[in-house]
Amino acid sequence: MLATIAQSLLAEGEHVVDSVGEGGHEALEAASWILQQGWLMPLVPAVSFFAILFFGKRLPRQGAEIGLAAVGFTFLWAVLSAFEWIGGSAVVERSTTWFSNGRFDIDVGIHVDGLTVMMFVVVTTVSALVHVYSLEYLRGDQRFTYYYAALSLFTASMLNLVVADNLLQLIVGWELVGVCSFMLIGHWWEEKPNSDAALKAFLTTRVGDVGLMLGAITLFFAVGTFNIEAINQAALSDGIRHGLLLTAACLLLLGVAGKSAQFPLHIWLPDAMAGPTPVSALIHAATMVVAGVYLVARTYGVFFEGFSIDSGGINLLALTGGVTLFIAAALAFVQHDIKKVLAYSTVSQLGYMIAALGVGAWTAAVFHLFTHAFFKALLFLGAGSVSHAAHHTFDMREMGGLRKYMPRTFWTFIIGTVALAGIPPLAGFWSKDEILLGAKEGDFGTILILGSIGAFMTACYMGRTVFLTFFGEYRGHGTPHESPGLITVPLMILAVPSLLIGLINAPGIEKFNDWVAFHVPDVTFHLEHHDFDPGLALISTVIAVFGFAVATWVYYWQKAPKGLLERQPVRAVHTFLEQKYYLDHIAVSGIAAGTAGPIARGTYWINQHVIDGIVNGVGVATNRFLAPFTYDVLDQELVDGMYDDIAGATSAVGGLLRKAQSGLIQRYALVLFAAVGAGGAALAYLT
Amino acid sequence: MYLNQYLFLAAVLFCIGVYGVLSRRHAVLVLMSVEIMLNAVNINLIAFSVHIQEVSGQVFALFVITVAAAEVGVGLAIVILIYRNLASPYLDQVDSLKG
Repeated sequence: MLATIAQSLLAEGEHVVDSVGEGGHEALEAASWILQQGWLMPLVPAVSFFAILFFGKRLPRQGAEIGLAAVGFTFLWAVLSAFEWIGGSAVVERSTTWFSNGRFDIDVGIHVDGLTVMMFVVVTTVSALVHVYSLEYLRGDQRFTYYYAALSLFTASMLNLVVADNLLQLIVGWELVGVCSFMLIGHWWEEKPNSDAALKAFLTTRVGDVGLMLGAITLFFAVGTFNIEAINQAALSDGIRHGLLLTAACLLLLGVAGKSAQFPLHIWLPDAMAGPTPVSALIHAATMVVAGVYLVARTYGVFFEGFSIDSGGINLLALTGGVTLFIAAALAFVQHDIKKVLAYSTVSQLGYMIAALGVGAWTAAVFHLFTHAFFKALLFLGAGSVSHAAHHTFDMREMGGLRKYMPRTFWTFIIGTVALAGIPPLAGFWSKDEILLGAKEGDFGTILILGSIGAFMTACYMGRTVFLTFFGEYRGHGTPHESPGLITVPLMILAVPSLLIGLINAPGIEKFNDWVAFHVPDVTFHLEHHDFDPGLALISTVIAVFGFAVATWVYYWQKAPKGLLERQPVRAVHTFLEQKYYLDHIAVSGIAAGTAGPIARGTYWINQHVIDGIVNGVGVATNRFLAPFTYDVLDQELVDGMYDDIAGATSAVGGLLRKAQSGLIQRYALVLFAAVGAGGAALAYLT
Repeated sequence: MYLNQYLFLAAVLFCIGVYGVLSRRHAVLVLMSVEIMLNAVNINLIAFSVHIQEVSGQVFALFVITVAAAEVGVGLAIVILIYRNLASPYLDQVDSLKG
């Protein structure tokens, strides 16, 4: 399909529309040639996908070279696009008719603005590094060629998703990335859990996709086109009834929750870690899972008006994000699998982005998406490197002390951790701070509080991960070793943006706002941008440092003085934490674990005397009076009797019907023809 | 030229095809009968196309031929698999779905 699109774009027939919209930052400049060729971005990896499938096995490196060449090209093109965009170019808007269907045309086209270019850079950078990394990580894998083909297809689909100018084309990309995710999670499908995880991921996101589809159709009937810019225009200019917008926004949000792993559809993402680690870094951390965030950012007009975000009340979007970021961060504490910690962390960070969009902080959300992609990909690839060294386990209980064995992995992982935790001046600080600032300025107290608690928890569980993995003594088998260059060089490359990229929106520089903005032509709509707030920044930094301090206290210092002598207390603390998984107990037990302080004792007393008393009372009452009645009358006679009768009737009918199931195809055909003949006769008789 | 001659021919061919599908035991013969039915339909399409001076019927017949070719490809592959599994091409022995 992509090939036909590209051909028609190449041909530039009469009906190809080349319109020069107003630029996001400076109006009425010519659109740059490089940006106009944005359709190359999905096309090149798509061609590479087919090339790898057909010729990959015969090539010396089994097709990896084709994938690398394609993704290298898209990376260069993305960098050129970024320079062109920053240098000042108009928004590119090109489309052509894919097919007409009587009353309306289905278009296919590209829309390149700041957001698109930013996604280009994110997708191609991470994809390129993952291509390189996988050379070593999947060396000798039995489906190596297939793996690279899937990576190429994924890159193509993701780029198609971000370059699309209409919802239908976006959905095509959306579903294709879902398929690639399915294929790659189940890459080692011989083991049952892996194929189960792939199915779970696919089916869970499909649940959300139903909503996305219905939302797109709703918008189509409301606006009369799938074109995203037209939809935004209509939404922001009161062209659509509010009820309809709210419906569409809720439906789209369902799709977003599925793809971007928002509560309560987040359950697939941790399981998706069954795939190869580079895949987790590319698909389940940096790119595909942010597709939902991208969709909200892209069709922000619908969400902004639909949820009345400017009115300042709490809305479904912000609430979803807020709940997700908190719940996922809490779950990250009880995981032993390093990738699952990172997965829950990803869910939590996606929650931040959605919450930011929910409070009207568009730039903050997109900026967090941008920075998060780099440091989270870095962390995942770091985890892969650790596993590569520590005999292919991801269990942190079998790691420890790796700092000495693999210094490069250790230092880059630390950079990723600090960036994620939000310590200035690393990348995560600036974007997370902007989200909190947006929540504060928009008067979303709940989100501000949830976000701050989330920041504390992020620092704390990442501290835990680092201490368990890299400090203490090695607990696994064999001797760990540093990974080879193909693995460590991508880590070091990713460490650079993790360190520095946040500075582009630091006070005094603040370029990101200019480069990437939500802009709809012909509509007066302006999202307020808030100035840097030193007080809030200080508080969020203190929160993050405090989180690290707690992690150090619990996971490092408790260990250092006596841990080497008696491991049991440490183990006990861990078991305690694992079992106290109740969300509201985590903070308490994390702090109280060492001291068993008055809070714990008080809680215990209340538990034993008050709650147990109530429970016992209810239990006794139930046992004496309610249970006999329920069992004898309701359950045995009414419910069981009903089901027995239904089953008996079904079985009898089944016995009759099975006689008709001869299994002989020709007898079925006879029935079919007889039925058609009878139907035809009836029709002839009636008309 | 009378339309009904062609329609009659097509109807006869179609009935032969139906008879073949229902009564032949050999899977390949059943497939051939299906082809006869399809061609009966083609004759109808072309006859009507000429009758109402509209070329799209003939285009449609071309489509039917193409699809028929593909269908035979798939059908023969299935027949071969049946033969490999049951060592018999006779359809009345393929009854593993019997209820």
